[in-house]
Amino acid sequence: MPGSILIFAEHFRGQVTEATYEALALGRELAGKLGAPLEAALLGSECRQLAAQLGAASRVLYVNHPVLADVIPESHAEALAQLVQAVSPKAVIVPLSNLSMGVGTLLGACLKAPSVNFCVDLTVIDGSIQAKAILYGGKMEATVTPQGEPLIVGLWPGSRPPDAGRSPDPPASVEDFAVTLSEPRIKLKSYIEPEAGDVDIREQPVLVAVGRGIQSQDNIELAEELAAALGGAVCGSRPVIDQGWLDLSRQVGKSGATVKPKLYLAVGISGAPEHVEGMRGASLIVAVNTDPQAPIFRVAHYGVVADALDLLPALTEAVRKRRAAAHA
Amino acid sequence: MKLIVLIKMVPDVVEELVIGEDGKSLDIDAVRMTLNESDDHALEEAILLKERLGGTVTVVALDSPEVDEALYTAIAKGADRVIKITGIDLPPPTRETALLMAEVLRSQPGLLPADAILTGSQAIDDLDGLLAPLVAHELGLPYLGILTRICPAEDLKSATVLKEFAGGLRGEFEVPLPAVLGVQSAEKPPRYVPVAKVRAAMKSAQIETVPAPARGDRELVCVSAMRIPEEAGAAEMLEGSPEEVSGKLCGVLAERGLL
Repeated sequence: MPGSILIFAEHFRGQVTEATYEALALGRELAGKLGAPLEAALLGSECRQLAAQLGAASRVLYVNHPVLADVIPESHAEALAQLVQAVSPKAVIVPLSNLSMGVGTLLGACLKAPSVNFCVDLTVIDGSIQAKAILYGGKMEATVTPQGEPLIVGLWPGSRPPDAGRSPDPPASVEDFAVTLSEPRIKLKSYIEPEAGDVDIREQPVLVAVGRGIQSQDNIELAEELAAALGGAVCGSRPVIDQGWLDLSRQVGKSGATVKPKLYLAVGISGAPEHVEGMRGASLIVAVNTDPQAPIFRVAHYGVVADALDLLPALTEAVRKRRAAAHA
Repeated sequence: MKLIVLIKMVPDVVEELVIGEDGKSLDIDAVRMTLNESDDHALEEAILLKERLGGTVTVVALDSPEVDEALYTAIAKGADRVIKITGIDLPPPTRETALLMAEVLRSQPGLLPADAILTGSQAIDDLDGLLAPLVAHELGLPYLGILTRICPAEDLKSATVLKEFAGGLRGEFEVPLPAVLGVQSAEKPPRYVPVAKVRAAMKSAQIETVPAPARGDRELVCVSAMRIPEEAGAAEMLEGSPEEVSGKLCGVLAERGLL
């Protein structure tokens, strides 16, 4: 429908993703402010049944094509571009997940439409949409005004609670939309399931997470000692895993695990959005960083501006003493 | 294998970021620029491929503070040719960067066709889109991003690549070459090169400069304000010596039954 807010409904292995519900949640707010309908584009192969889970949208446009069985960004962007040209929405919201990464950018390029990445919020000023986007690893927030329509929004995960995008009812209508697609150039061969590590960090009550601030592999021992004293395990942010200092199974964040421990002690982690995505659900977050402006302090409950290498031994010692005293 | 690596300088977020007088951009003189982290991985992956399969690596960047050092470092690591696009006042938005780079790739002799164009999966300032898909679209090439491994077939007509999904899941894809590939992390961490080797590269190698092609495109997005995000839900800060802070933290943990 012209002037609608259109959500790109992501799904993977037969499930609508949480990121889609977050997009529906934001889309619902925006559509309300604009008095516009909220619609969802469901692209895939033989997955019509998923439309019933997108009831926050008044209409689901279902594109069924064998080429769309896996998310190959160029095929999805090609299909979505045809849909957008036919429907003329005011904005298209695409989750900025690993699954859909590149779809929004390619859609914007196909349509020569304004595209805003890392978007965390959308507001309406004098009838026009303004986007808020996080930049520079979470250190800045930009207010962005699109020049033209439709606005293609790359929505940063965690921007809205997914529950706000769910609906107990199915959408009022589900309509088929036919597309003509090029033969895909890229083919999915297989999925490689994650290898189980020695420790399942998702099951740990306490995690001591280390980032770049730990400085060297040798220093990880300091974190391990603290984790042992607290009865937990060590995990890490992307740079530590990329350096090979910790096993891939210990990675927390966008590409790694999503963890919800009782205590998450982030040591020398700046708090880039990719990392925060994987740990913001922890019950208690304590952050230690030398940079008082580090974005991690915005998600942490308690913060300490200190060098990890100074604090870790002192904290381990204090925890051990407390524990010993409690058992005495 | 003929490889091109597109790199971008971005503000170093380890340093304090300062907002410029216009209130809508960073004060570029007050921030330190550094090589975008995943571009460093893209460069490393290209050098590893060259070491394994032979061939050449050409690095292309837009002019920016500190870019010369990044380009000489690329030479010291094993790149064969480095090109700097000049005549740019401020770091342009990513879409503009992609259009400039694609135009230079098309117009400069000896660059295209290449077997693969590698760049970082994303950058911390990719406000208006990601570089790899934009360049791919402009050049009509296939694109895939968030890659951690690139294994070209013997005939270099295709490559098997690994893409990261969430939760440690990865997908193995077959991509026809040439393609634009967004690298998330190289097979090995980016190598360290001693300063002496970079200095030697400065003496022996030359950065080729290409003036930025004129473009008449209008910007599709415009930043109207920039600010440090609100401190909503900000952490309660604990102060003191490491011992004092440890004592306070233990108190917090004990209160919550975690000790």
